[in-house]
Amino acid sequence: MKLNTNSNIYTFVYMTIVVVIVAVLLALANQALKPRQDANILLDKQKQILGALKVDWMESDPAEIYYTLVNDTLTFGDKEVYVANVNGATKYVLPLSGKGLWGGIGGYLALDEDKNTIYGVNFNHEGETPGLGAKIVELPFRQSFEGKHIRNAEGSVVSVAVLKQGKLAEGQEQVDAISGATITSTGVSTMLNEELVNNYKEFLSELPAVEEETAEEENVESIEEEEE
Amino acid sequence: MALSQKTKDTLLGPLNANNPVVVQILGICSALAVTVQLKPALVMGIAVTIIVAMSNVIVSLIRNTIPMRVRIIVQLVVVAALVTLVSEILKAFAYDVAMQLSVYLGLIITNCILMGRLEAFAMTNKVWDSFLDGLGNGLGYALVLVIVAFVRELLGSGQLLGFQVIPESFYAAGYENCGMMLMPAMALILVGCVIWAHRSINEEKK
Repeated sequence: MKLNTNSNIYTFVYMTIVVVIVAVLLALANQALKPRQDANILLDKQKQILGALKVDWMESDPAEIYYTLVNDTLTFGDKEVYVANVNGATKYVLPLSGKGLWGGIGGYLALDEDKNTIYGVNFNHEGETPGLGAKIVELPFRQSFEGKHIRNAEGSVVSVAVLKQGKLAEGQEQVDAISGATITSTGVSTMLNEELVNNYKEFLSELPAVEEETAEEENVESIEEEEE
Repeated sequence: MALSQKTKDTLLGPLNANNPVVVQILGICSALAVTVQLKPALVMGIAVTIIVAMSNVIVSLIRNTIPMRVRIIVQLVVVAALVTLVSEILKAFAYDVAMQLSVYLGLIITNCILMGRLEAFAMTNKVWDSFLDGLGNGLGYALVLVIVAFVRELLGSGQLLGFQVIPESFYAAGYENCGMMLMPAMALILVGCVIWAHRSINEEKK
């Protein structure tokens, strides 16, 4: 029997079958690959946190180092703060998220125990322009944040500004923006400001009451090995 | 097995004489977006090659059953399914690369080369020929991407595949990376240069 491939009924049935087959196929693939993808996403997050903590994981298993360093998670509403112990000092890692030029940007900010000095920072982005905005993930830009203070002299949180070279911030510390990537740089600045001044208010308002965590004798040796 | 002349033309034609990018001017948009560095350009070229070849095969297999009035939709469904599959696989096994290609991976769906090959070739040709045609066109596309990305990464960042190739002493002597190369406009100009070179070489042959 020769089918009339141009009849309406044939077309409807054909498309239905095609769509169902494709849907089943993709659903199966998604289910099968999900565990691996989730593992990758988690590993990526751990690597980024290690990056913010300036820990070199190149030659070993990042997940393992992560679990030896990061030993606590504080929750403030929907915000989480990771507490890490690097070379015997407590560091707080704050996840950040904001908007860049083409899509979302995010990052992790590691603060010293005084909740003021920036220890290290790591950024990520969904699709900033390669060679321009995408440079926020590169070391020179990230390193320019190190040692900056997120509080002003009075102790209130003012964040750090990302400004074009030559411009001066008022009442807060600053780093140089990436030339040619004004919107991404502004996005980083806004993200830091928004997150630190508003979203992490609760965490940052409790100033460290002198040394409470009697750092339980951690495996000091393994930590020392991680020194760069 | 010696390849027949027709097979050779199907496979190798798109690499040069009938190149999808420089002769048919298809797929330019993604060529501009992913050619700042060599690595994403390579991965993109491979991904497109696999997807064109496979969708060509699938469409060629079912070409006699496809209702003519909705053939473009069927082709699109096939391409979209393959692209989603490739993107899922990359996320599971090459997460870094998937992140680097970000949206452009999904945008392969709208790459004109795919629809062009499906409509012009796979709908009317046998499976094996369609596979070769897809392979050839994908590689032709990848070739142009790699040429453009090579020049852009070398002159724009002084690197190739992320490794520094222009020595520090050059920078000390006053050499500077050409920031212009990082802009999408420069990719268009470079593609233009490739087309120019390609046309003048092929002109001489005739």
